[in-house]
Amino acid sequence: MASTGATDRGDDLYAPGSETSQGRVFTVTGQDWDSITEGLAEGEEAERVVVNMGPQHPSTHGVLRLILELEGETVTEARCGIGYLHTGIEKNMEYRNWVQGVTFCTRMDYLSPFYNEATYVLGIERLLDIEEEIPEKAQVMRVLLMELNRISSHLVAIATGGMEIGALTVMTIGFRERELVLDLFELITGLRMNHAFIRPGGVAQDLPPGALDEIRDFITLMRKRLPEYAALCNANPIFKARLVGVGHLDLAGCLALGISGPVLRSTGYGWDLRKTQPYCGYEDYEFDVQTWDTSDSYGRFRVRLNEMHESLRIVEQAADRLAGLEGAPVMVADKKIAWPSQLAIGSDGMGNSLDHIRSIMGESMEGLIHHFKLVTEGFRVPPGQAYVPVESPRGELGAHVVSDGGTRPFRAHFRDPSFTNLQATSTMSEGGMVADVVVAIASIDPVMGGVDR
Amino acid sequence: MSDERDEQAPEQPAAEQAPENVPVAPGTRDNPARGVRSGMFGVSGSGDTSGYGGLVRPTVFPGAAERPYGGWFDTVADGLDGLVEGVVVHRGEITFHIRREHLLEAAQRLRDDEALRFEFCSGVSGVHYPEDTGRELHAVYHLLSMTWNRRIRLEVTCPDEDPHIPSLVPLYPTNDWHERETWDFFGIVFDGHPSLTRIQMPDDWPGHPQRKDYPLGGIPVEYKGGTIPPPDERRSYN
Repeated sequence: MASTGATDRGDDLYAPGSETSQGRVFTVTGQDWDSITEGLAEGEEAERVVVNMGPQHPSTHGVLRLILELEGETVTEARCGIGYLHTGIEKNMEYRNWVQGVTFCTRMDYLSPFYNEATYVLGIERLLDIEEEIPEKAQVMRVLLMELNRISSHLVAIATGGMEIGALTVMTIGFRERELVLDLFELITGLRMNHAFIRPGGVAQDLPPGALDEIRDFITLMRKRLPEYAALCNANPIFKARLVGVGHLDLAGCLALGISGPVLRSTGYGWDLRKTQPYCGYEDYEFDVQTWDTSDSYGRFRVRLNEMHESLRIVEQAADRLAGLEGAPVMVADKKIAWPSQLAIGSDGMGNSLDHIRSIMGESMEGLIHHFKLVTEGFRVPPGQAYVPVESPRGELGAHVVSDGGTRPFRAHFRDPSFTNLQATSTMSEGGMVADVVVAIASIDPVMGGVDR
Repeated sequence: MSDERDEQAPEQPAAEQAPENVPVAPGTRDNPARGVRSGMFGVSGSGDTSGYGGLVRPTVFPGAAERPYGGWFDTVADGLDGLVEGVVVHRGEITFHIRREHLLEAAQRLRDDEALRFEFCSGVSGVHYPEDTGRELHAVYHLLSMTWNRRIRLEVTCPDEDPHIPSLVPLYPTNDWHERETWDFFGIVFDGHPSLTRIQMPDDWPGHPQRKDYPLGGIPVEYKGGTIPPPDERRSYN
């Protein structure tokens, strides 16, 4: 067997070629594709190539490994290798108290942190039986943050999807607008990502002064900017040529594979948990469920684009409601659950409110004990299990929360939509062109932080 | 021990939701305690005189509910007639406990029966109850009927010595990765799965990390041979 090109570089210390029982392994490092075509011409199965793509590949949406079996340029088999980002978050949560769990799960699907927090917290609240006692303002703030988050997540989905097919302008404008949303998050929660802001019983703190004005400015700006995406992409012949008819998955396929979110809605079925099984008071907002009827990547793009407009509508309604709720509580009244400390801005940044410290240290021994016990021990959750899914930007995200009556979760399992939806990779890309695999995966919009947890 | 269990007031919110649901008392065969919690501060023999160190609290999960369960819960229960081991209604969610030999038939009926139509499976979640002797490993399925807008939970158990549960992949292909994950983390073998391999952990990983008996690592500190103990051996509230 003549060894040419890449295999001649067998002396490459880090990526040597080799012979295995499955055939010859080529390691291409760029500018050496000839070696493969020449090498293949010798064998019997000249056209059959197994390509390993990723896990470090710019088009795989994170550390996703794809194993593609090709005949020419047609994909005959596509398999995913995942687990490269597994960090054992679910296991870690079992060794922290219920409130601390929020800090862990917010890091799962890092593009939609508020949804991870929300489904986990809603599960705890159901077990605590305080669902009815969550203050209105906390619920409205949750909805506001989640819908802003949907916009930022969809922007990344569209931006990275565009980048992967070479539409770099879509990426730059997508990230430009996402930055505005992250600025709002920073203003409201103090952090751009990994907020740990939604807590059992409510939210961590009230809206800062001036936040509503910033939100209104953002809405005005986005009303102008969102149509730019439509003008740039919707009828763009190159964009359509890459997306239309690619990654087809019909309704029956979606249900069998457990696919939810924009992929399901792109088949024309308007299933949206915000409408069908409302949580956090979604029944009080006016919005429409967006669908498309093409079951392909283009449909999913249009669904995401339209959903951003709907999210803006919800954000606007939430902002109007918040304007009338100034000074209202954002945490449940039950002092056995509500975090005792009050945060305030001091000379060295955000921290415990001085008034609160003065009160517990100087005036109330019981207050100090209460604060200490709740912070170190936490509250107990009655034994049982709950599952309260939410409609995340990627579909049904649910936390199966199990308590054994202790101060820590006995088990918290997250049903992440990215994990489930990624199973559709084979169905969407087998039989198609290798270049379309990237488009199909981008249309699923998996976030590996959520897939691997 | 059993006397103490009997004295413990049961928490039975299912009874509040439907007064006619007379729950089975805890500590009985139908609703045994899944473990006992003693003390409060995670230490013993410290000369604690507060009295809290002597606390003994059995962990009793919500007990079985009796018919009628209320609303559409009964419709689904009718559809599963003869296959259900026990039903728990808690916080407005219904859980059907099903023996593993009946799981496939139950799932088939749930998916195909026109009155049930649970066409969407949200995957499987494993839970390990080391104290639940003979039923240590639980597989929990959440099913959704989009037709009727209903959600139920199926719970199947298997003992540690024989960790086998039939695979639902033939009925719900979405469970492919979910069952691999549960195998990976709990060691439940899903019989009939097309390729039950590890999915999150590396292929040669020893053990199943989400099990409660999985040893956690401590952190060695390079100071006089000291070690930070693993989290399950640290002092903590219990």
